[in-house]
Formats: sequence, structure tokens, C-alpha cells
Amino acid sequence: MVGTPFYSRQLRLCQSMRWKLWSGFYAVDSYLLEHDLEYFALRSAAGLIDVSPLCKYLVRGHDSAALLSHIMVRNIAKLGVGRVAYTCWCDDAGKVIGDGTVMRRDEHEFLVTTTDPCFSWLCRFLYGYSARVHDVTDDLAALALQGPYARDILVSVSGTAIGDMRYFAARDVLVAGRPIWVSRTGYTGDLGYELWIPRADALDVWDALLTAGQSYALRPAGLMALDMCRIEAGYILKHVEYHSALHALIEARKSSPYEIGLGWTVQLDRSPFVGQRALQLEARTRSPWRLAGLDIDWSETEALYRRHGLPPALSTEPWRTSIPVYRDRARQHQVGYATSGTWSPLLKKNIALATLRTNCAVPGTRLQIAMQVEHERHAVTATVHSPRFFDPARKTSVAI
Amino acid sequence: MSFGHRYDVIVIGAGHNGLICAAYLAKAGRRVLVLERRHVLGGAAVSEELYPGFTFSVASYVVSLFRPHIIRDLDLARHGYHVIPMDCAFQPLPQGRGLARWSDPDRTRREVAHFSRHDAEVYPEFSLAMTRMGLLAKAVIDRAPPVLGSLRPSNVRAWARLGRAYRHLGPHLQHVAQKLFTMSAADFLDLWFESPILKGPLAASGIIGTFKGVRTPGTAYVLLHHYMGEIDGAFRSWGFSRGGTGGVSMACARAACAYGAEIRTEASVSKVLVQGGRARGVVLDNGDDFEAEVIVSNLDPRRTLEGLVGAPHLPSRLTEQLRRYKYDGSSGKVNLALDGVPTFACRPSVGDHMRGDIVIAPDVDYLERAYDEAKYGTWSSRPFINAVIPSLTDPSVAPPGKHILSCFVQYAPYHLNQGTWQEERDRFGDAVVDTLASYMPDLKDRILFRQVLTPWDMEQQFGLTEGNIFHGELSLEQLFFQRPVPGMAHYRTPIASLFLCGSGTHPGGGIMGASGELAAKTILGHPT
Repeated sequence: MVGTPFYSRQLRLCQSMRWKLWSGFYAVDSYLLEHDLEYFALRSAAGLIDVSPLCKYLVRGHDSAALLSHIMVRNIAKLGVGRVAYTCWCDDAGKVIGDGTVMRRDEHEFLVTTTDPCFSWLCRFLYGYSARVHDVTDDLAALALQGPYARDILVSVSGTAIGDMRYFAARDVLVAGRPIWVSRTGYTGDLGYELWIPRADALDVWDALLTAGQSYALRPAGLMALDMCRIEAGYILKHVEYHSALHALIEARKSSPYEIGLGWTVQLDRSPFVGQRALQLEARTRSPWRLAGLDIDWSETEALYRRHGLPPALSTEPWRTSIPVYRDRARQHQVGYATSGTWSPLLKKNIALATLRTNCAVPGTRLQIAMQVEHERHAVTATVHSPRFFDPARKTSVAI
Repeated sequence: MSFGHRYDVIVIGAGHNGLICAAYLAKAGRRVLVLERRHVLGGAAVSEELYPGFTFSVASYVVSLFRPHIIRDLDLARHGYHVIPMDCAFQPLPQGRGLARWSDPDRTRREVAHFSRHDAEVYPEFSLAMTRMGLLAKAVIDRAPPVLGSLRPSNVRAWARLGRAYRHLGPHLQHVAQKLFTMSAADFLDLWFESPILKGPLAASGIIGTFKGVRTPGTAYVLLHHYMGEIDGAFRSWGFSRGGTGGVSMACARAACAYGAEIRTEASVSKVLVQGGRARGVVLDNGDDFEAEVIVSNLDPRRTLEGLVGAPHLPSRLTEQLRRYKYDGSSGKVNLALDGVPTFACRPSVGDHMRGDIVIAPDVDYLERAYDEAKYGTWSSRPFINAVIPSLTDPSVAPPGKHILSCFVQYAPYHLNQGTWQEERDRFGDAVVDTLASYMPDLKDRILFRQVLTPWDMEQQFGLTEGNIFHGELSLEQLFFQRPVPGMAHYRTPIASLFLCGSGTHPGGGIMGASGELAAKTILGHPT
């Protein structure tokens, strides 16, 4: 295991000593003893998250656009220079292998980022294309600067007017005199940027951001706070909301884009791409599963705790264990499972992301989710909700 | 009598309770008009830009007790309710590193152990006992109080419910509860702790907003307020409202408007019109009048009944009781705009200890001495100060790199034995800054702007009678079925169709919202 390029700074800042392993890197789970303060920084001021363990690939060459259009469910050939697209990629059966972003650096250069290695998958389709794939995971450090004050901090540290930078735009910016790539993307569902930094400049950029950020209550934030934010925003996570078709032990663990909330990324009517025929077929029929949000009833939860004379004591930590979801309180008819959830301190809701039978995934449907209170197992009403619990206007707004 | 406009309900005063009451009533389909004298909403839970770029929580400054079910009922999160929890209570001291108490119990234990190893280990036991008491208190504050003597089934059930909650404590905690409700904060803390330094800030929370000393019997129960707060569904401490406490009021206002209520600012009510013992409408200063089936007042009992209704309409016994209802404002507020973060001599780094509650209460005697001065009619030369720097957590309240220091100050008795508050205001402000500067040597150089609010100013600006921040002293004889006065504890007044919904009703002050909610439910005939 190795640290990311920011490891030396993180070692000093990580009071809690809570680390996680992410793609072979040490990643801070929570800097502070109370991780929700980092969450609140992300939602009220700004947070700085080290996302360097993301796998990063540069795809270069005359045919790079055609190559990526062939691999991705989204038509990357139509992506403008200086734009980023969120997409997924599938196997021939239309089952998702991975998801991530594709940034068009120039006419013939793209940066692909994703949580898990996919170098070999990208290379598998090179034959016949004039393109090459370079794994730049270790060459590029990455930071996510997220939150309502992310823009102010980036402006103050770069001296560049980036107010007009649109959602999912990308451009080159100087930070602390170092040229870096910035994309208006993120995993918190809020206003935010991701910074792609040459490894040698990583610490200078980190220091510059934290110094400038002092005026904006910026905090370094760990993965726990990030997880809370992404659940509120309804963003799925590989290995949690779905399993890669390449690594699923059984067929039942594979998912199509339509089943994990990524149907909108699929652009069917175009030149052939991997999984196209299977996806065309599925688009005409009804997928058996759907991604949904669950709003877990608080009054019922409180009542269960009251039975034991306890105040409701939900963990403030986000969870990612599979929890069964039923149609009935007697827990006889299972209709799906929650995959991750959190108490949302901002929305004052106990929320979860779930995979549900399509006919049960209609918003407003009242289902039952298993809940253990004081060693006893119960069921609590969970109302189906759009997975996007948190979606502020500032996420996509432009300031000029 | 003919009126200009007709509504189902008129709410006088757009404090957070008035707005919550309006929202519940509008949600139930009533046509509601809220009339606010000032140009801003929120009453004492208000955010104002007093100095360019600096948004102050002018009066009340932290949130803890706001009822979570109100947030859910009125969907306040969607309307912008955003409270950021504090992690620390920091007590700077003239020597040493001061004492910081954190959310993490072990971290707190290590801090307290510098002063007393015994106290460090007892502290979690104390917190547990108080949390159990908080559960009892929750049974009290979330419902309208039962009355004495009535055998109505609903009343008997309400007493039985309280009895059950009490019985649930078990013999040991019942005994603790009795002590809590009868002893002084200092004496109660003596049962647990030995260090006067730890007892300082703990005892201070027993006197906030009251005109009592830490050794005055009856102050212990106020300690509970620190264990009743429910932030994030769990019993947790205090938090900042994003954009100042006005943010809470604005969320309530937006909810009320979303349900169809109408809110008018700069609409000062001069009179409640009473005909045949019934409130019929209101008249504004400018002569406009409005008719309504029901009038609800968010003002304190005295301003409502003596000011807007008038003694001739009231039973003489009530006017007598109202006159005896104690206000005795005892606190002031000093709001500072700073051009940078001040430095604590005892813990110089800009750290998380500054992002929470900062308590100037070095020990119990310090607090009692501050009270000694006040009880004879002068303000405390070395006052108890509860300060916060919200801008370290919430950048929206100050320009980048600049900060707000908000200081709640006690004691500042409304009735001075010499001089007036207009004459004393600046000297009082100087004493507060001097006191703070003894802990933060660079403070004075950083001050860009200073606002000093004395109890007299709070009365003028917010309509708080005698500057009492809770619409009347939160002492036991003025609480529960006796708030504001016996026989009027159910949000009703002797004037039919005139109701009270402010902090002068059960359960009382703090940004709690319960008074507004319970008043609305009483008006609607819903179970409370």
C-alpha cells in the first residue's frame, strides 16, 4: 500500500487516524474525530477531498474519439473540447463494467477517470484504431474542491475568472503558478471542481488551496463525509450499488445501466458500441430492477427506540451493507435491498439508496425496510423517493 | 365596525414562533396574515447586515432546542433550515491552556483530567444522567402542559404520561431530578464535581438569560437545556444557523408562505380590537385595520394584554398577575466585526477550539461575583460572556478573512440603580471588550465595528419587555402550567379568540418553536 501524493500533509492533519484502503492507496476516511464536521464543511463552506486513487487514463490519437465512442455507452465523438461527460461502459450483454468521466482535452486527447482499473478493457478495443491508452494514475494527483464556496476559493487561489465555467466544463488553470486541469465535476452533488495536478506540483497546490481556503472555512474532508454527500446526491458507487460485470461471481450480480440509474447516459441510435444490441433490446422491454431512493420514516424509528426507553440513536456514519426491503411489514415479500444509506444532517432524513423491483420503484410507494433496534429486528416504513435527495441550483449555476 | 380586510387568523409579530404558528395554521387551510413591526422577519432570531459585508445574528445566536418534528412537519429543510453543529465548548483561562470540552468523550476526559482526574471520569456519568433527564424534559416541552385540579380525561392522561416518564427514571434518577429542580446550579454541580474550573462553564449554562446567580436555588434545572438539544435527531449540543439565526426564521417564513400565509413587514399593530369580550381584529399604527376570527400574538404577555388589548378589557386579577410576572432582563449582547481571527493567549493557534462555544466563566466564584454586582443594580464589571465566532464555520456571514465575534453578556440588569442604559451603554461595551481582551490580547486591534445591545436596546428594538430574552424569566414559578400565569397556560387569554404563541407561553424561550406549534394546535383543536 502507498500513500497518495498528499500523504505527508494528510499524516499531519488526520487526527482520527481513520484511514481506508482505496485502490491500493491509503485514503483518509475522516480527518477529525467527528466526521460530520467535514460533511458540514462540504455543505456549508467547502471541503477538499483527495481523490488521487481514482484510475486515470489518457487516450490519445486520431481515432481516440471513435475508440471511446465504441467503448462507452455515450457518444463521446460528440463531446466538445473542454467538456466532460459522465458515462458507463458495458460488456456485450449490456451489463455495466464501470462508470466514470471522460474529459476531452483537445481534438485527439481524452482523460478517462474511474474508481477501478480499466486499462486492459480500454486496450482491448484498440485494434484498428489509431489511438493509445496511457495509464497516468500515478502521474496525476487529484483533488475534489467541493461546496458552496469552492468557486470563491478557486478564484482566489488562481486569480482566474472561472465564474463562467459551466457544469461539466474543463479548462487549464494556474494554481500557485502551476498549470493544472480543472473540471467542474464532483461526487458531492454540489457546486464543485476536480483538480488534476501533475504529481510534482501536488503539494504546492494543496498548500495553496488550504491557505486560501482559510478565509472560507475550507476543511480537508475524508471519504466518510464524501459518502454522505454522494448518497444525498443519489450518486452510485461501484462495488456498493452495483458490481462490475467483469468481476461478478454470478449473473444475478450484474446490472444494466437502466437498473443502476444510468439509463440516461446510454445513447443507442448511433454507430455500434459495446453492448448496443443488448441495450437496445432492454430499452424496449422493462428492466427488472431500478435504482431508487428510500426515505425511512423517522416517527416510526423514534417509536421503536421509545419502546426501549431510548432516544433515537442512529449512527451518524454512512453505511453500505445490503439491507432487505419488503412490501409488507411481516417481512414476507422481499422486493429489493438497500445498498447504502446515511442520516442526512441537512435534510433531516434517514435516507438510503436501494435496488428495487421496477414495479415497486415508483416514487411515493410505501415499502418496509429492516431495522435493528436494541438487538431486535423490526421493519420501518420507507417511502420510495428519487435518488436525488439533494440537488441545489448552485450545482449547475454560473456566476459571471 | 367595518374592516379593510378579513382573514381567518392574524398573527401579530413575525418572530420564529409567530411564523411557525402561521405556518401550521396555513397548512391546515386557514387564511393567515402575519404582521411584523420591523422591516425584517425573525423577531429576536434575526440576521441583519449591521456593517457592510457582515451579517450578524443580532440577538439570539445559537440553535439547539429547535423541535425536530417541526422541521419535519413544515418541511423546513427544503425551505433552507441549515444548522451546523458545534464540536467544542472552550473556556479560556488566565493561566494554562484553558479547558476545551469536545464531542468525543475521551478527548474531553483528557482535557478535564488536567484539572481533576476525578471530574474527568465523573463527567460522562453526569452527561448520561442529564441525558436521561433530557428525555423527561422532552416529554414536558413537546406538549401543552396539563393543568392542576382538572379531572378532564385528557388532563388526567397528560399527568399520567408525565408520571410514567418520571417513573421510568428509576429511584436513583428520580432523586437526582428532585435535586435538579430545587437546587442551585453550583450546589447541584458540587454533588458531582470538585474542580471549580470545570464547574464554571457548566454552572454558567444554568443562569443564561435569568436574573439569578449560580448559587440561587432553582437554577440547576436550566443545566438541562444543554442536554435537551436535538440536532440531527439525536440529543446533541448546539449549532450555528447558516447565515445567522435569521436563517431559521426565514425558513419558517418561507414555509408559511408556501402554505399560503401572507406576511407584511413594517406593519406595526397598535391595538387589538375587542368587542363583547372577543378579539375581532387589529389596527395598525397607520390606521389600517384587519378583521379576523382569531388573533394570535407572538409578543410577550405584557405587551399583548396591557399594550394591545388594554387593562379595561381584562379581569383585574389578571392585570395584577401580569404586573407580577417577572421579566427582569439581565443580559446584553455585544456584536463585533473583526478584520481577522483574534488569538487566545492560552491556546494561540486558530483551531477547532475556536469554532464552538467560547465561555468566559473561569470559575464559579467569578460568576457569583458578576451576579453580586447586578443584584444591586449595576452591570457586571467582569461579566460572564458566551462568545461565538460563526464566521470560522459559516463563511456566508463575513467577507473572506474577516470575522464576527458575537458575545452574549451577563449581567446587565434592566433596572440600573444609577444612570440610564443610554449613558452606560458604551462603558458596558468597553467592559466586555476589556474582559475579552484579557484572554485575546490582539482583540482590540482587530475591531472594525461594535454594536452594544443593552436590555433597554433589546426592549426598544425587539419589543422584549425589560429586555428579557425569554419573554419572561424562566424560573420554576413561571414555567409549565404557570407560564405565563396560572389559568392562562394554554395559549389562551381571557379575551375569547385571542391567543399567545410567544416564548412567554409554555415551554418558554430559546429558538425552540414549540410555543408557536402548540399554540397553532390549540387553535386548530388538535391534540397537544
